[in-house]
Amino acid sequence: MDFINDHLLSLILFLPALTALVIFFLPQDEVKLIRWTALIGSLFPLALSLLLWTRFNLNGFGFQFQEQYKWYEALHSTLHLGVDGLSLTMVLLTTLLTPLAILASFGITDRVKAYMMLFLFLEMGMLGVFLALDLLIFFVFWELGLVPMYFLINQWGSANRNYASLKFMIYTMGGSLGLLLAIQMLGVAFGTYDLPRLYELWPTASALNNIPAWLPIEKVKTIAFWAFVVAFAVKVPVWPFHTWLPDAHTEAPTAGSMILAGVLLKLGAYGFLRLVLPLYPEQAQTFAGALAFLATAAIIFGAFGSYGQTDFKRLVAYSSVNHMGFVVLGIAAAAAAYGSSNEVWKASYPIALNGAILQMFNHGLSAAGMFFLVGVIYERTHTRNLNDFGGLFPLVPVYGGILIFTSMASLGLPGLNGFVSEFLVVRGSWPILTLYTAISMIGLLFTGAYILKGIKQVLHGPMNEHWAHGEHKLTEINAREILVMAPLMALILWIGVWPVWILDVINRAVLASF
Amino acid sequence: MTFPILSVIVFTPIVAGMLILLFPEERKDEVRVTALAAATFALLLSVWVYFTYDLDAAGYQFQEAYNWLPALGIGYHVGVDGMSAPLILLTGVVMFTGVLISWGIEDRPREFFAFLFILASGVFGVFASLDLFQLFFFYEIAVFPMYLLIAIWGWIRTREYAAMKLTLYLFVGSVIALVGALAMYWTAYQNTGVLSFDMLQLEQANFSEQFQAAWFLPVFFGFAVLGGIWPFHNWSPDGHVAAPTAVSMFHAGVLMKLGAFAALRVGIMLLPQGAQHWSWLIMTCAAIAVVYGAFIAFMQEDMKYMIGFSSVSHMGLVMLGLSTLNKTGLTGAGVQMFSHGVMTALFFAVTGMIYDRAHTRQIPELGGMNTVMPFAGIGFIIGGLVSMGMPGFSGFIAEFPIFMGVWYVQPWVAIVASISIIITAAYIMRNIRDVFFRPMPENLEGHITDVNVLDKIAILTVCLFMIGIGLFPSLMVPMVQTGVDNILRLLGGA
Repeated sequence: MDFINDHLLSLILFLPALTALVIFFLPQDEVKLIRWTALIGSLFPLALSLLLWTRFNLNGFGFQFQEQYKWYEALHSTLHLGVDGLSLTMVLLTTLLTPLAILASFGITDRVKAYMMLFLFLEMGMLGVFLALDLLIFFVFWELGLVPMYFLINQWGSANRNYASLKFMIYTMGGSLGLLLAIQMLGVAFGTYDLPRLYELWPTASALNNIPAWLPIEKVKTIAFWAFVVAFAVKVPVWPFHTWLPDAHTEAPTAGSMILAGVLLKLGAYGFLRLVLPLYPEQAQTFAGALAFLATAAIIFGAFGSYGQTDFKRLVAYSSVNHMGFVVLGIAAAAAAYGSSNEVWKASYPIALNGAILQMFNHGLSAAGMFFLVGVIYERTHTRNLNDFGGLFPLVPVYGGILIFTSMASLGLPGLNGFVSEFLVVRGSWPILTLYTAISMIGLLFTGAYILKGIKQVLHGPMNEHWAHGEHKLTEINAREILVMAPLMALILWIGVWPVWILDVINRAVLASF
Repeated sequence: MTFPILSVIVFTPIVAGMLILLFPEERKDEVRVTALAAATFALLLSVWVYFTYDLDAAGYQFQEAYNWLPALGIGYHVGVDGMSAPLILLTGVVMFTGVLISWGIEDRPREFFAFLFILASGVFGVFASLDLFQLFFFYEIAVFPMYLLIAIWGWIRTREYAAMKLTLYLFVGSVIALVGALAMYWTAYQNTGVLSFDMLQLEQANFSEQFQAAWFLPVFFGFAVLGGIWPFHNWSPDGHVAAPTAVSMFHAGVLMKLGAFAALRVGIMLLPQGAQHWSWLIMTCAAIAVVYGAFIAFMQEDMKYMIGFSSVSHMGLVMLGLSTLNKTGLTGAGVQMFSHGVMTALFFAVTGMIYDRAHTRQIPELGGMNTVMPFAGIGFIIGGLVSMGMPGFSGFIAEFPIFMGVWYVQPWVAIVASISIIITAAYIMRNIRDVFFRPMPENLEGHITDVNVLDKIAILTVCLFMIGIGLFPSLMVPMVQTGVDNILRLLGGA
């Protein structure tokens, strides 16, 4: 028990890889065994993160459960792990969605072994980003998560997967290039990659040691700020860096889309919160308007883009752009309020940040749910074209009910989780970024429009007889699939009705770190 | 007297090669088994050297010194430091895997293995040499068999051209370097009154700054030709393409390191002020090689040409690390030499396996390899990730400090050179996708068989090194650092 207590984070981080290793030695043909090993193996990190949640000290400051191991001594980089309320929330989201995604993949029959191993490595990559307190380790896991995702899309994706997977890879690596260079610059300048140290050193640095000066420090900081921002903006994705997303999401296998929308996008937002705001408070304040502009553009264009789709999966994909825009809006509000003496601003920006972080969690739940539901119907009909559906509600009443419930969460219906977080973001941003927040309401309006359009085209209207009879007869959602949706729906409702349990943890991080 | 382990390593291959020549020609299996036994023995000894090297004591270890021509100050002097010990290990690994991969050679295997082993002895000899004359001696021994190996067993379309081109380039380079070495020898005699080729003595020779600045370029570039430095790189892709698989592995995996290593040992370490004087030029050439090599690789349709130019790009990174002349960059260069060695050996091995089966290396004509040879496919993917500098693999451990080292000197060079990372990712991913994962062309259907167990052992061996170092940099980095400390001492810093 002591061992578990002392190594809680490294256990959560490396158990998925260990499970993958176990699967590696299982025989290729034992598909059932492989599936169950993967599922049960992924439940361990979930159990441990629930344990982490209960042990988390709500009154503690700074990072908890810290662990530090030697890694790359020559570069003064250590495997330094730790959580605060922000990373804890994200860890829970990751460890929750991974078993669900694995359960959702039980229908996969092609090369199950490789598929499950990639999934578990993917989980490790994402967890590593959330747990890292060392900039180099952060980057290591940041890039590491790319590889399994690339192969998941490239190998198990649909028709246009080659194009989509390469685009995903090149976009993200291209975006990370600036991040890589900026991280190297920080490491060279300060001789350490330890985040808590850099939090103290970098924002107040007045000269770059060890680097031949060819630009004033302020300019260097601004350039490095944008290098960080672009890397994370690609991942979030913020308009205009979002174009990889609809392709990748649409072509990925169902479970891949669930993780992609549910967790991978959060890595970008997490980068903003963990690195950009604490490391570049002044630059963030200077450019908060630009960030807010991009966020608003993402909200509006994401909603319009979504409304214009005829492909169900693309519609959901664009909705991610729309929803993640609110996260960035909340972050921009907090950036703008940095160091301000305005009392209203000081009181408002924590609300916006709370909203942004909760929105990350909520979008993780609802987007994963939506992509899964699209996958459910695609698996049965082999089409995602909205015009091919219509009037399916009487055929699949349970599926229809679940779809409406999840859509409503995405739409922001009061009583479900989306409303809580979006309201907090809007409430917090309003006094700080009044104009942008007001304009973004147009996007919120169209959120309603595209969600209702999706529901209408699939469930309502005249029934497409093609799906009613014979070999194409649509079958109801099965027990395994309901089991995937049940935890998501329970959490959606729970947070919608009584969000305090999670907001307490998030607020701890907001008060302590920002 | 202690066991002369380095001499045993250096001479094992050549003795085994001679032994193999004594076998009757038709007893091919005996030849192969003997070759494998010798290679395994050399690998085990090099692993032994690597892991028993005393990190705390640092410096040159396992030294042996004998007089050879005392009147001229020529001796036989071997020893390894933190820079050369990984390269000895690398040579052992490539030799072992090279023999496994070449098991299927039916055309005069006896002579093939004999020449390959002479080459291996030369390579081991250069890495272990502490005497300048002896270094040249082994250097030529390493280069000469290349000519025969390519000209006789190479790809029939270009082998004569490529063998000639390669040999002329390398001989010209080494002759220029030799002139520089003789200049050092005589000047050291004038300065100190001792006639000696011993490099530990030459380090103490107090060459004047003008002398160093004048002679650094010929010596460095004379050797760096073999390291594939831009603009003298273009023998190298031709050589890679024409060579048979095991020779390509040796060529890209080890021989190119020979150039970089000799340029470091003779150029930078004996003429440190010259290196400081000219480091900007090396850095420029290296940065061009890194980006230009990646672009050219991106344009290739022949897999071997693609890997050949990617080697130019990656060896450019080694040169880039050397040109920084600081601890971080040099450490990165040292690790990159090993990492690139095993990675590119793996690339050529898998390419050879594909070529043997499909009889084409044209990327557009290939496809679907992963369905028939998944083991090789996974190996190639891991090699690709190393090549891209993906974290978790040895490539990242090497490239990251190289770029960091450049930051200390010229930030904009780091920024420009980093473009190569994206280009590399693009061509590697495209190659993996096209060759391994798209549907197999009809004319290949049914003709492709899986790789055999020897190939799998070879692939597994190199993959273990790439992943091991990637996850645990402390397996190699501290050792390289002791070597770097020695270089920095000569450079007058730290």
